[in-house]
Amino acid sequence: MLPIPYRVTRRVRETADTVTLAVAPAGPDAIRRHRPGQFNMLYLFGAGEIPISISGDAERGELVHTTRAVGAASRAFCRLEEGDALGVRGPFGTHWPVDQARGRDLVIIAGGIGLAPLRPVIDRVVNHRGEFGRVSVLIGARTPADLLYGSEHATWRARDIDVRVTVDAAPGSWRGRIGFVTQLIPTLRIDARAAAAMVCGPEIMMRFCARELRALGLAEERVYVTMERSMKCAIGLCGHCQFGPDFVCKDGPVYPYARVGPRMLIREL
Amino acid sequence: MGVDATRTLEQAAVIDREGLALLLTGLRDDGYTLVGPTARDGAIVLDELDGIDDLPAGWTDRQEAASYRLERRDDDALFGYVVGPHSFKRYLHPPRVKLWQVRRRDDGMEFSRGGAAAPRYAFLGVRACDLAAMRVQDRVMIGQDARDPIYAERREGAFLISVHCTEARSTCFCASMGAGPVADAGFDLALTEVLGERDGEPRHEFVITAGTPRGQEALRRLPSRPAGARELEAARAGHERARGQMGRRLATEGVRALLRDNPESPQWDDVATRCLSCGNCTLVCPTCFCSTVEDTVDLKGEHAERWRSWDSCFTGEFSYIHGGVVRPSTRARYRQWLTHKLSTWFDQFGTSGCVGCGRCVTWCPVGIDLRAEVAAIRRRADADEPARATSSTPDAGSDA
Repeated sequence: MLPIPYRVTRRVRETADTVTLAVAPAGPDAIRRHRPGQFNMLYLFGAGEIPISISGDAERGELVHTTRAVGAASRAFCRLEEGDALGVRGPFGTHWPVDQARGRDLVIIAGGIGLAPLRPVIDRVVNHRGEFGRVSVLIGARTPADLLYGSEHATWRARDIDVRVTVDAAPGSWRGRIGFVTQLIPTLRIDARAAAAMVCGPEIMMRFCARELRALGLAEERVYVTMERSMKCAIGLCGHCQFGPDFVCKDGPVYPYARVGPRMLIREL
Repeated sequence: MGVDATRTLEQAAVIDREGLALLLTGLRDDGYTLVGPTARDGAIVLDELDGIDDLPAGWTDRQEAASYRLERRDDDALFGYVVGPHSFKRYLHPPRVKLWQVRRRDDGMEFSRGGAAAPRYAFLGVRACDLAAMRVQDRVMIGQDARDPIYAERREGAFLISVHCTEARSTCFCASMGAGPVADAGFDLALTEVLGERDGEPRHEFVITAGTPRGQEALRRLPSRPAGARELEAARAGHERARGQMGRRLATEGVRALLRDNPESPQWDDVATRCLSCGNCTLVCPTCFCSTVEDTVDLKGEHAERWRSWDSCFTGEFSYIHGGVVRPSTRARYRQWLTHKLSTWFDQFGTSGCVGCGRCVTWCPVGIDLRAEVAAIRRRADADEPARATSSTPDAGSDA
């Protein structure tokens, strides 16, 4: 339960309210190597501790977190500069089944900040492109200014990844697509009988993505989603993240949709 | 668990009031911090005790849904009451405890574990339901991959003196949960208080059994005699009296599936019209384990501490994530509490989360009785009342 001292090594302002920080151990101790989709608890001095997904390449060993400033602790996170100290506990939770997706078509769907926990998967594809079939990344954002990792889209496309972007609203100068990310799903060209999908975003968005993917023929056992619940301890002791029988911190956050989909329909569970 | 009194009484001894006093003094001399029942603020509460004189001699309790009263007994029984608002949870899983502290220096942060070492506790008056509750909390706090070191330290050192119940209240239903009224394992020593007359002389004795080698050792140091048929009979009669006085049963058959399969039962709406969402039930429950954390910082901004305190799933903040509260309604909060206790607890920890102590019934300000709620949910499910079926919720609607 004791955080390990870390330090910010790199800071990138992604959007008006979102910041990416790379962190490295400040002393001899370090957390275990993470897997794509896992999260850490980040302690910001005096501001508290927050669960933040790891959004960097698990293989390169660099620990990267992208966070949107929505509360006291995440605002403190976004204010950190290079060299600043923070505490890290982790990594926690289940991970995207990237290894099982090898040899298959892969659909990655992100809504807003939901792209952050999926980026380690995209990194894996970029670094091992030959191991996967057709790979699509569908990205939804509120406005063009809210798009995450925009500078990397070209790199992804260069690795034969089908990157498609859509926004809820845009100024007149936007030449891209406007609409829901779910509307992109019917146009996917994948081998749905074997493909895997990994989806992260608001619950309602994930539900409708699962529905559209099912319509394509993709079984709910191969559609993976991540759940978000209140977390204080991240080790199944504080009770806050309960979602039916699960503790999202250790039984999740990544789940096959077949497991959590029915529960998502129960209001206020 | 806790049903066959005969076996535990086989090697029983008898001690008198003086013997009990010596036991308590001896434990304190051995360095234990003695915690047990005492009468205070109109209730039998748990506190640190100096010795036998701090016990609630001659007091009893009257308990019903939403009601608790202390009354004088017409004898000097030391354990003539059942469970009060406190459970030993407050010592094993303290209501507020420091997890760690951090010092900010020029070259970074330095974290260190919180607080002083815990006392070595001797718990007196652990009823069968509370012993069962400890076993339930053991699974939660130290039975998983992640162990809570604070609980582990307190639990592993604790010396447990059980008291088998010889009375029960209408709020009691430990027998339904297989938890009591007699504990048959998990204690170091167990007592049954026997009051009566023999040859015209009033007698006040305790039939005592040891459950562990260190319990045997403690018993050996006391003046005692082997229990005779008479004392054993009196003890058994007491246990039977408790069993007989027990309140309505909680029908446990199929309750796990019942609550899992009825998240939209109209009964949740019904109970929500009565429930105040005050959280009393979670605070008096001996198995509820949820906690939150709080950070404090000194004025210079150099030293911060992280404290853990009990939390309740009945608060709005409990389920808060940015953008809103997952369970804004009382309906959802009561459903979460009861479903967790009697159903999903099995999925998580392989046991029920309820031991039948009845505290949540007594201390609910509006007298909600979970036994009645379960029965009502079952009735409605059996009658197949039109529920808000899950299949008619949004997924059938239009596109996102």
